[in-house]
Amino acid sequence: MTALITSKKLTIHRPGTSEPVLHDIDFSISPGEIVTVVGPNGSGKSSLIRALLGHMPLVSGMISRRKELRIGYVPQQVQLDRTIPMTVRRFLSLPHWVGAETIADALARTGVAGLEARQLTELSGGQFQRVLLARALLHDPQLLVLDEPTQGLDQPGMVGFYRLIEDVRNQTGAAVLMVSHDLLVVMRSSDRVICLNGHICCEGTPQDVGNAPEYRALFGAEARGTLALYRHHHDHDHDHDHGPQHDCAEHG
Amino acid sequence: MLDDFLIRAILAGLGLALVAGPLGSFVVWRRMAYFGDSTAHAAILGVALALAFDLSIYAGTITVALAVAVLVTALTARGQAMDTVLGVIAHSALAFGLVAISFVPAARVDLASYLFGDILAVGRSDLVWIWAGALSVLALLVWRWQKLVTASVNEELAMAAGIDPRLERLALSIALALVVAIAIRIVGSLLISAMLIIPAATARRFAATPERMAAIASILAALSVLTGLLASLYLDSPAGPSVVAAATVFFVFAQGVRSR
Repeated sequence: MTALITSKKLTIHRPGTSEPVLHDIDFSISPGEIVTVVGPNGSGKSSLIRALLGHMPLVSGMISRRKELRIGYVPQQVQLDRTIPMTVRRFLSLPHWVGAETIADALARTGVAGLEARQLTELSGGQFQRVLLARALLHDPQLLVLDEPTQGLDQPGMVGFYRLIEDVRNQTGAAVLMVSHDLLVVMRSSDRVICLNGHICCEGTPQDVGNAPEYRALFGAEARGTLALYRHHHDHDHDHDHGPQHDCAEHG
Repeated sequence: MLDDFLIRAILAGLGLALVAGPLGSFVVWRRMAYFGDSTAHAAILGVALALAFDLSIYAGTITVALAVAVLVTALTARGQAMDTVLGVIAHSALAFGLVAISFVPAARVDLASYLFGDILAVGRSDLVWIWAGALSVLALLVWRWQKLVTASVNEELAMAAGIDPRLERLALSIALALVVAIAIRIVGSLLISAMLIIPAATARRFAATPERMAAIASILAALSVLTGLLASLYLDSPAGPSVVAAATVFFVFAQGVRSR
């Protein structure tokens, strides 16, 4: 099966400057795969997502998307404004009108059935993230893109949300590309992890990345926790497709 | 029937009310109040130019309002703060407009009617301009409605759906420029943005969806026009300010209602 999105030698600058945010990114995601991008603040995670979606100009390199690729997108921290009245039902019909049954199905699938008539501003953080996910699922996406989808959720909410994403992938077969801060939790549900810091520091299975010195150099103490977790959960062998590529410590 | 000045005034006011609901809602949602106010003040320069060169007032105000919208967009794109840019452009346009008008002897007397409107003096040709303008803006908003609402909720979601938020912003700027031009005869340059904001802000408390907010705002604006004209008839108060005062009374009453 061919990749949904591929990038070659992708380089982008911070908007309005000539300062590179990302350079030489070779990326690809295959159907049904869950790929998580981790990295410190300012490492270019969100920029990578925006570039892959075509929202940011490329300085060099290329991106190819599969023809008529259907993408469901959950952006980072959607700020809601009290001034605009918006029911959950109406929100799911933006920008394309959707029937009541489809809306009910999508809400049920993400565990927030029956919220149609509620105002978005009345939802809890967890409910709102699930409504956003339901909206992203409406048009039968082949790829779900989620930028820090669990920001502002507590630990159980976060764990529940990632479990839901795995369920969605298993039911719909959609590939998932996520950016996350929640190292410990998110890596457990990923097929592949990309550790980013201006360039790709290392990538591979969660276990590979958890063991990689580049990763531990970037995340320090938190990484040791991940490692322990993986010693515990993954004591079997993996195929090593992606080895660590280059050293992160030398990157500014 | 159209011979009656009161009927013409009512028709003019209702034309503005029709479009003030939906456009005013966008002004509230996107926090464009200051933008609207500035464009309206700048339109005085358009009045001055029109009088000096013997052009239609509508052509003059539309031109200046559009120029302001384009200039503001261009300057903010270069990294200037929006409210600073608006403050410089709009108020200098108003100042130049007032200076320019002082050189047109016939217009000096008339100045107040452009600042505060003169709805009771609306003629047949004004009615044609007002309704043509109102209907074209309404058509523009209906045509782009889903895209405009999506971009107003969240620009990233809009971009992911293939919508260019800059294009939608431009559509709203054009709509605003047209409405400023048609409203200047009705409520005047100083009170145009009040006619956009107050009914929409009142409607917010009663609406569960964007569409209902826009419709309720239009109804409230129409009621304000009727009440204000009636009040001006009985109290002999200036018509434009009376309409805005009526809208404000509705707003105050609505504060007693539990909001949605």
